[in-house]
Amino acid sequence: MSDSAYGARGNEDRSITRSNEPLTPPYPSGDPRAAGGTPFLIGEAMTGGYGRGADILNGCTVAVDKGKIAVIVGPNGAGKSTAMKAIFGMLSLREGRVVIDGEDITALSPQDRVAKGMAFVPQTQNIFTSMSVEENLEMGAFLRRDDISGTMAQVYDLFPILKEKRRQAAGELSGGQRQQVAVGRALMTQPKVLMLDEPTAGVSPIVMDELFDRIIEVARTGVTILMVEQNARQALEIADIGYVLVQGGNAHTGTGDELLADPVVRRTFLGG
Amino acid sequence: MELMNALVALLNYVVVPGLAYGAQLALGALGVTLIYGILRFSNFAHGDTMAFGTMATILATWGLQAAGVTFGVLPTALLALPVGILGTALFVLGTDRAVYRFYRTQKAAPVILVIVSMGVMFVMNGVVRFIIGVDDIGFADGARYLVNARDFRDWSGLDEGLVIRVPQVITLATAAVAVALLFWFLNRTRTGKSMRAFSDNEDLALLSGINPEKVVAVTWIIVAALATTAGVLYGLDKSFKAFTYFQLLLPIFAAAIVGGLGSPLGAIAGGFLIAFSEVTLTYPWKKVLGYLAPEGWEPEGLVQLLSTDYKFAVSFAILVLVLLFRPTGLFRGQSV
Repeated sequence: MSDSAYGARGNEDRSITRSNEPLTPPYPSGDPRAAGGTPFLIGEAMTGGYGRGADILNGCTVAVDKGKIAVIVGPNGAGKSTAMKAIFGMLSLREGRVVIDGEDITALSPQDRVAKGMAFVPQTQNIFTSMSVEENLEMGAFLRRDDISGTMAQVYDLFPILKEKRRQAAGELSGGQRQQVAVGRALMTQPKVLMLDEPTAGVSPIVMDELFDRIIEVARTGVTILMVEQNARQALEIADIGYVLVQGGNAHTGTGDELLADPVVRRTFLGG
Repeated sequence: MELMNALVALLNYVVVPGLAYGAQLALGALGVTLIYGILRFSNFAHGDTMAFGTMATILATWGLQAAGVTFGVLPTALLALPVGILGTALFVLGTDRAVYRFYRTQKAAPVILVIVSMGVMFVMNGVVRFIIGVDDIGFADGARYLVNARDFRDWSGLDEGLVIRVPQVITLATAAVAVALLFWFLNRTRTGKSMRAFSDNEDLALLSGINPEKVVAVTWIIVAALATTAGVLYGLDKSFKAFTYFQLLLPIFAAAIVGGLGSPLGAIAGGFLIAFSEVTLTYPWKKVLGYLAPEGWEPEGLVQLLSTDYKFAVSFAILVLVLLFRPTGLFRGQSV
């Protein structure tokens, strides 16, 4: 798929963003954390399941560098969403650990992980339907005590349609607009890591491309992105690193292009 | 002239009492709907929370009266109301800590919480009767009438005298202030918005860092304030009797469900709908029709559709109809 809209340039392609003006990066460029090194976020050898049920994850590892996009793909029931929920602390791991920015956060609750700079956009019910778009964004920034108007302006910059509909109840918006609200809400905490569970589920192909563009734009500001996707081909095109999970374990790992070029992955997951 | 007489009679016996009763029900239903929206169960103890609040206010009123403090033409109970609200808030927060929190941490099903609230209801019931007794207690003092029949007849020259009692006016004014404050709080303040967010989508509220225990505590305090205000207004308008307050549970629930559980606007609309249905169906229309009907056509009977003893049947019938045909209520709340 090197002739796709994104070409082989992945996240490094600057031409696809709307603006060359970078949004405020979370770290000043001199900050050592802004440099490369070990992966920024790692879920290492994770094993676990829901409650006392059977293990869904079997030693699965997901890692992503700062400001990069990692995509988890795989067949239904492979544990894609579960892996993401494990990284966010929504289920307890029997083995393995989660490290963000060198800090082990395996024991923290999801709420505490939000305070550590993680933001999660669930697949469904990811907005407050009865509240206005602006109130949704305000609630996203609930933990912040400082002035949020700057961040809100950035979100409105990223998703101009939301500014237009800011007084409207979020539940009245279209599917794609709702997803924008959901992502916007998550960005309001100024997260270092943004986790998206199937952000393009149920939206049209055009809106999907648009959403992926925006996600790249967010990554460009230094936010690390981890997402689970059903639309494997399109998602891998923008991925810096891709993980193919099968039965709760890592089946294939590589850059988006490597996986797209891998004949086994193509045959089994991408439909030839 | 006959038309004016009929209109005054209608105001006297239907419109004014209906408005006052509707406002009382609306305040009660707001409490029920807030508990349902945020704690996610139907609070059967709500009628007795109203009784408890009214009892606390009556005790404070007696204390003020004994100390020689009155509120001029307004009832002393209005001065005592904040004390009553405070007492009730402490009581329901204690109940939450001792009873409901245990089930909340276990993520008990709503139906279990409903049964739990019935237990709380019986205990509150007993506490109130134990402290203040089971008799009718009138505690309205100050001026009785804003407009009395004789003055109105002299002024207007009509046969029918308009009567507006002070408690009815106080009810409407207080309810308007309470509702305005509630809506301002829910729509404009950070805590109020976090309550709406919690009611809308609990999981996402938790992901956003909203503290559930704080939301629950604030909800109980607001509910205590609403219930106490509703109870005191009802008591001023009629009188206080523990058993009557327990019976108020039915029209209050009917109002909350008709409006749509979880919708504050619906609770208000539902309150007035239930109140006016009750009043118009149990009012003997003989007088009004007597003024309106042509000579010789005046009705001989009372033209009362239902005896007042059956007024609860009205709430019940409306409840059944709504649940059958529009379970989410008029304002699209959650279905039960």
